[in-house]
Formats: sequence, structure tokens, C-alpha cells
Amino acid sequence: MLGLLFITFFIGRVMPVDPVLSIVGERATKEVYEAAYKALGLDQPLIVQFFFYIRDVVQGNFGISLRTGFPVAVDIRRVFPATMELATLGTIFGVILGVPLGVLAAVKRGTWIDQIARVVALIGYSMPVFWLGLIGLLLFYGILGWVGGPGRLDIFLQDEVQQVTGMILIDSLLAGNIEVFRNALTHIILPASLLGYYSLAYISRMTRSFMLEQLNSEYIITARVKGLSERSVIWRHAFGNIKVQLITVIALSYAGLLEGSVLTEIIFAWPGIGSYITTSLLSADMNAVMGGTVVVGLVFVLLNILAELLYQFFDPRAK
Amino acid sequence: MKPIRHTLFGAAIALATGLTGAATIAATPSNMLVIANRIDDITTLDPAQSFEFAGGDVSHNLYNKLVNFDPNNLDAGYVADLAESWSVSDDGKTITFKMRPGVKFASGNPVTAKDAEYSLRRAVILKKTPSFILTQFGFTPENVKDTIVATDDMTLKITTDKRYATSFVLNSMTATIGGIVDSKLVQSHATGGDMGNEWLRTNTAGSGPYVLGSWKPNESITLVANPDYYGGAPAMKKVVVRHIQESSTQRLLLERGDIDVARNLNPEDIAGIRGKPGLAVDSELRGRIMYIAFNQKNKILANPKVQEALKYLIDYKGMQDSFLKGQYVIHQAFLPATFLGAIKDTPYSLNVAKAKKLLAEAGYAKGFEVGIIVREAQERLEMAQSIQNTFAKAGITVKLTVGTGKQILGIYRARKHDIYLGAWGPDYPDPNTNASTFAWNGDNSDAAGLTGVLAWRNSWDNAKITKETEAAMVEGNRDARAKMYEATQREFQKVAPFAVMFQKIEQTGRSDKVKHLNLGGAITAVSYWPVTK
Repeated sequence: MLGLLFITFFIGRVMPVDPVLSIVGERATKEVYEAAYKALGLDQPLIVQFFFYIRDVVQGNFGISLRTGFPVAVDIRRVFPATMELATLGTIFGVILGVPLGVLAAVKRGTWIDQIARVVALIGYSMPVFWLGLIGLLLFYGILGWVGGPGRLDIFLQDEVQQVTGMILIDSLLAGNIEVFRNALTHIILPASLLGYYSLAYISRMTRSFMLEQLNSEYIITARVKGLSERSVIWRHAFGNIKVQLITVIALSYAGLLEGSVLTEIIFAWPGIGSYITTSLLSADMNAVMGGTVVVGLVFVLLNILAELLYQFFDPRAK
Repeated sequence: MKPIRHTLFGAAIALATGLTGAATIAATPSNMLVIANRIDDITTLDPAQSFEFAGGDVSHNLYNKLVNFDPNNLDAGYVADLAESWSVSDDGKTITFKMRPGVKFASGNPVTAKDAEYSLRRAVILKKTPSFILTQFGFTPENVKDTIVATDDMTLKITTDKRYATSFVLNSMTATIGGIVDSKLVQSHATGGDMGNEWLRTNTAGSGPYVLGSWKPNESITLVANPDYYGGAPAMKKVVVRHIQESSTQRLLLERGDIDVARNLNPEDIAGIRGKPGLAVDSELRGRIMYIAFNQKNKILANPKVQEALKYLIDYKGMQDSFLKGQYVIHQAFLPATFLGAIKDTPYSLNVAKAKKLLAEAGYAKGFEVGIIVREAQERLEMAQSIQNTFAKAGITVKLTVGTGKQILGIYRARKHDIYLGAWGPDYPDPNTNASTFAWNGDNSDAAGLTGVLAWRNSWDNAKITKETEAAMVEGNRDARAKMYEATQREFQKVAPFAVMFQKIEQTGRSDKVKHLNLGGAITAVSYWPVTK
């Protein structure tokens, strides 16, 4: 984590952009400029600035975002739940559809089912997200009107539910407001399906190859010779043995989505952490970029720990 | 195999029914205005600090000023707002405002001259970026006690350090920084001598037609109608401005009826919605000017013949009619059309033969090499490429340097460029705003560091034009003042190392139900209160 902080900090400081100008604007007088320069602590040596920064981060203070003017922690508290909601739903889609598809493709290897699964995954891998997103919006929102448009809610509903977790689906249920819940669902379904499709592509391919490895093993042949049902062979024996590997794959894919999918967020006007970090980076708002990076780093660490715990649950050897 | 198929089909069916079941055709409520705009430049809502377009749009609807523009008649110039009337002393230095009686802030506190005194003093003392709009009249944190004074609850006297054109002072008061805040409310939220700056960043204390409902950075701003607004409660009870980055997304939302107004549609999307039933397109001239400037530190570019030649080597019309269509219109003077003293002369057009002749006279018959710096924004890059092509016709080789806005600005402010291509927008609605940066240069030395002055950035020092600008700044008669700016601009067109090329047109897509939406033209910000639906 310290290394991560150091690298982001250093890159941020050597970038050829002037954070002071972002605050005061290009018309500012010299006096205003210098006051802001001092207030940011930029007159201190780089290494001193770094230690000040570390000291603050340890206390949970990421500083003030130059771009929004709010403390970075407050900003992240606002944008991260939006990403989390989207990524979680996306991963659920990816797992629910991707794992069965992968198993099916492995079992029916070489048949048309396998070919279709391959094509589905290939499209998922290679289709640019902004294109698929825009076409999806055009079709399902613009022409058919089946889903809600960009944004997390219809605008007139937006301040109806009190923020508790920041995830509208959960907050609306907590408040018992079904109208907002349904509305939020129509808005999230398309971007979540899109992210789900990408995670499906990855998960189904990985599942297929894990399964193939198992199905070609001798113990499977033994099981079949013993006269076990095909269902039991596939699900209990083969699938049972790939659970641990699958967890790693799913955790990785989930972590990837939690970083925030910048293009998806921009197309769907989704105020998440991906577009937050990117736009901050473009305006040299290093406090926000570093705050965002630290949070993403933490998410990776936490997911790794979670995956480890799940290994112990599924894999008797790990106990 | 059955269980697997079941799962797949089941999920697909659940998904499909879930989607169709929840589908609705959207329409915004009839007393609510929903706008898509890029609002990620807002960092504060404090009128003493706010200096960005989107912030100015918000502030304009939250705060009243002493004098302001009437959105239904922008050409009239400033008119009475919180000040009912005003008079000017014989020496032209003191303006006495009489406050409008019976006006209340949204908080219920009465609007008095004390509030105006507090607001203007505060803006000077806080010294934030836009404070120069007031301090250019000689107000300082030290002297505001004597120069900005409420003599009683209904009378405010402001005294400038010397005589200025009254129209100049009053025009400046219509800028965002002239917003009058509720002094009692703001003072109750002041912490550590910040005069409520931190609190006003995210809260409002005005008397305007709207109050702030909520602000979520990069997400949305909600304004709620102020039922006690002295001009009458606005028809739109709620105005929501939602941050939508992509033009195509804005267009989809507009076509579906989820928003009423889309402010950042690109030319393709404008063309796409034109003529669609229920939608309309508005075009308004804005204050932004697109120009190229020749750095006088470069010996070749300092040659007047070369400058003139370069002005003839720009395909103004070609650009206007092709990639800039509907976005920019040819404009060759430094004051945007609709400003006091603006002129419509366009003496330059693409004329390669004439340019070659001029270059030969200057001793550069074979051309030369020169660099152009430009920000990586599509329209600017296209302009730069067009200029690169037309310059090449006279043998001039252009090396384009493309960078982020901040990188390019850094080079420009350090006077290290050859030619700069970019934009300038007026800071306040008075001709002096552009005259004082394009034409005026008080000290051309590097040490002066007048980085906000475009003439300085290009190391251009013309004593005659600087004097003319200073004279126009103090001329009391409005019409005489306009004439002076007209003459200065004609001279500027001939001798300045600037080729002003275009003025911005803003095209807005809206539902045809929305009426009376005025974006503020070239001189002010958007007004929501006259809007009906």
C-alpha cells in the first residue's frame, strides 16, 4: 500500500500540470495564485509533502478535492456506493450466467453449444464497451423504452429516498419505497447487464477450461465406470473440484469492476469512482486521484482476504 | 442436463419480464425544468468566489444584484434590480444607490443597504479569483470601510479611486461577484474569519427567484423556487441541472422526454434532432471569441507585414461553413457582438496572392518555419489544421504542438510560444473586460508578469492603443464611449498581432413546450425564472 501511495504521489507531482491554476483559474492575479500555492503546501520540498500526505492518510484524511471542493473522503463516500451497486449486480449476472455456460460448453465440447458459448464470450471480450453501451441505450431505452435512461434514477425521484448506504436499490428497500426501487432497477439493469456480459465472457471461458481439465482426469472416468449419474459426475465431482479456482476468478473480475468502468460510467451518466478518478486525473486533482487509488487498493486487499476465507470454506485441505 | 437449461431459460425469462414490466414512457412534470449540462467545473457556489460558466448559471438564479440584465431584453443593458435608482456625484467618483423597499431574502430577513455593503466588502476582503472585477476600481480590503458604505438601511454609497465610466462600474456589478448575500445569515455561519466562505460554498443566502435544493458535484444541482421572490414566484417550481457528459446521451434523454433541455449537443446531434416533432433548436451568440496571436518575442512574427500576411492566410469562411457550422460565426473584432461598442467589420478573408506579396515585401518570399500551440479540443485542432494548410500555401511550415489545456496555457503564460490558437471569454459584461486584455498592456517587461493580459502574453506593447483603452474606461457618456471602442477595434484589426476569427454560437436542443429560456447571450448567464412549459 505504501508503495502504491508513493508511486501515485510521485507521478502526480511530476505531471506537467499546475494544480494551483485548476483552483484559481487562469485569470487570477499573482497574489491570489501565490496564496493558493502556499495553502496547498506546494512550497515545501517534495519529500516533506509526501510525509505530510502519509500522516493525513493514516488519519483517514485524504485532503480536499481541488475539483469539487469537498473532502476527498466525502466524495468517495458518494461515488463508491454507485460503483459498488453496479459492480455487484454485474458480477451476479456474470456468475449466474457465466458459470452454467462454461460448464455446459465443457460438457458439450466441440458441439454447436460449445461454439455458441465461444462466440458469445469472444464478442464479450472484443466488443468496445462504449459501442455496445450506446447501442444498448439506443435500442432498449431510445427505441423500445423498456429500461430507464442514463443516470441512477428518474430525475424527479432523485431526492425521495434518504441516503443510508448510498446504494439506491438498498436504500429504497430500507425506506420501503417500492416506486424508487423499481425505478432504480430500470436504470441499473442495462449498465449492469453490460458489465455482467463482460464478466460473463471471462468467467465462462475460465469455467470451461477448469472443467475440461477435471473432466479429462482419471477419477472422472472412474466415477463414470462406477455407474454414477452424469449429473452427479459433473456437479459433485468435477464442479466440486473447481470451486476454489472459480472463486479466485470471480473475485478478480469483481475487483476489476469495482475499480469502476470509466466508459460505462460516462455513457450511462453513472456517478461512480471510475469517472471520478479519471476526471480528477485530467484536472490534476491529485488528492482525489490518490484517495481513489488507495480505496481501490484497499478493495483489492479486502477481496483477496475474502477469497482466502472462502477457500477454507470450500476446500477441506485448506482447513 | 435439464437443471442447467432451466437455470438459463429461467434467468432469461425473468430478465425479459422484469424489463418490460417496469417500462414507462417518461415525461418531466409540468412545473419542473430538467436540463442536461456539463457542470463538473463547479467548485463553489459562493458568489464572491464562483467564476465558472456552470457556477455563474446557478448563481444568476440564486442571487440578486444591485443592477442586473433583464433576460427578456438583454439589449437594454443593466437595469434596476435590488437598487431601485442611483445617482452619480459631479466628480464621477461616487455612486449612490437607493435600495428597493420591501424586498426579503429567502430566509425572511429584509434586504437592506447593509447587506449590499457587507456583500461587496466581503468580495473585496476575501480576495478570491474574481475579486479583480471590483478591485479594479480601487477598492482594497483596507479602504472598503470608507469606500463602500451604507449610510442608512436604504442608501449605499460606493466611491472609486478615480473617475470611471458609470457604465463600466455598473456593468461590473452585474457579474456573479455582485451578488448580494444575506449578511445576518452568512455571518452566523462564518468560521475562523472566512466570512462564511466555506458555508456559502454549498449553501445559499440570496433573495433571487430560486434557492438551492441540493448540489452533488458532477451529478446534479437542484434549484427550488423562492415563492417570495420580489419579481413574482417563478413558474418552474423546481429546476434540475443534471451532469451528462456525452452529447449522444443528452440527445437520447431529450428524445425520450426525460429532460427538457440539452445544452451540450454536438453538431451531428443538433442536426439529428432538428425537425423532430416536439423538439426545437435554439441558437444564441455567446461571449467566447476564437483567435490566434503572434508572439512578438519572435522576430519574424514581430514584422507588421508578416502579421498582415498571416491574417490573409486564414480561411475564415471555409472553416465557418464546414466543420464550425452552427458553432461559430466569423467575427474579427475583440469585443463580442452584443457588447457595448462591438463592431461587425470583417476586413480579412483568405487571399494567398496578397499574403505572398506581403511576405515578399517583408523579405520572407520563401516562407519560414513557425510553431502553433493548441489545446487538444476537436474544434481547435481542426482550426489549427486548416490554418496549417493555408499557411503552407505561402510557404510557411507550421509545427503544431498539441497539449492539455493546462500545458498549453502554461507555455502561453510564460510567453514561450510562437503562435497561440485559442479562446477568450469576457469576465464581466463591460467592453473593458476584453479591451483591457487584448489591447491594453501597462508593462511589457518579463518581470511585470501580467499573465492575465493577452497583449502581455504576446509581448505586444502599443502605447497609443493602451492610452485609448484607458480613456474609454473613464468616459462618462455611454454613446461617446461606444464610439471610442469602435475606433480602437478598427485600429487593432490593422496593427495588432492578433487575428480574431470567430464568435461562439451555442446551440441548445429543447422540448418545444419550454418557452422563454434565455441563456444570457454573450453578456450574462442563464435565467430560469421567466421559463414556462
